[in-house]
Amino acid sequence: MDTIPYTVQARPDTGLYNAKLGVWLFLASEVMLFGALFSSYILLRTGSPSWPNGASILNIPLAMTNTFVLITSSVTMVMAWASLKIKNLKKFKFYSGMTLLLAFIFLIIKVFEYSAKFHHELYPGTSTFLAIYFTMTGLHALHVIGGIIVIGYFWGPGSRMWLIEPERFTNRIEVVGLYWHFVDLVWIFLFPVLYLL
Amino acid sequence: MSTGVYDYKQDVRRYLIVFFALATMTIITVAVSYIESGKAMGIAIAILIATIKASLVACYFMHLISEKKLVYLVLGLTAIFFIGLLFLPLWESHSIFEGMQHLSLMKAVRNVA
Repeated sequence: MDTIPYTVQARPDTGLYNAKLGVWLFLASEVMLFGALFSSYILLRTGSPSWPNGASILNIPLAMTNTFVLITSSVTMVMAWASLKIKNLKKFKFYSGMTLLLAFIFLIIKVFEYSAKFHHELYPGTSTFLAIYFTMTGLHALHVIGGIIVIGYFWGPGSRMWLIEPERFTNRIEVVGLYWHFVDLVWIFLFPVLYLL
Repeated sequence: MSTGVYDYKQDVRRYLIVFFALATMTIITVAVSYIESGKAMGIAIAILIATIKASLVACYFMHLISEKKLVYLVLGLTAIFFIGLLFLPLWESHSIFEGMQHLSLMKAVRNVA
């Protein structure tokens, strides 16, 4: 069976290296996945006789802190990639380590938020609003966990590739970064839609 | 992504400017939500700011500002389907209300019985 060859340099026909095109196609499918949920949100909200204001049920200061945490992690992620462009592995380790730390902080805050809801007996089955809130933020949190696994791998054992194939490793970090920025991008919409409107 | 000599300092400066812009817009979104809570204007402003923030992330952190044509093509197609998906419920909104009326009727019948 033929396999798709790994190309470090951009292919002349696509203008991209294969992994980058692959990740963009994957992100396109992710847009549709979250798009279906946003569409469901509109359907539920317009079809509901009354809809609560997110601020009356959810914790805005915690969600706002999480927004700052995620946008900071996007900066550290892109800085990790930029560090490899100037061939500085030490800086890469620092910035990708910071990204990991911020991702964990995001999840810890999310755990506090969820447990406060459960403590007040607010579950996904309590109301339509809470059902869509837990579904959307839960799926987003799963994406954060996915990001932690991949970034953690490249921060740890995966970074050995830098010694053998530095350019390939830099490309890998670039595509991981694309995924991570997408996770940030989804939160940018989730925050106002669920918490503020 | 542009080729040639990589300018690290210029990129770092750009990332920091984008970060401060994103942080400022987050604060503005929250402030507006308190002033225009639940109003149509508040919703419109919040969505507009979120779109600007998302564009900044996509253009500068994801480097879409200098990407290849094929990526734009993929994203253009995705955008068309995404917008279609968002407007699908609004297009069918009359069926939603009919369905709701049907449900309330059923409920009333059950209560009488």
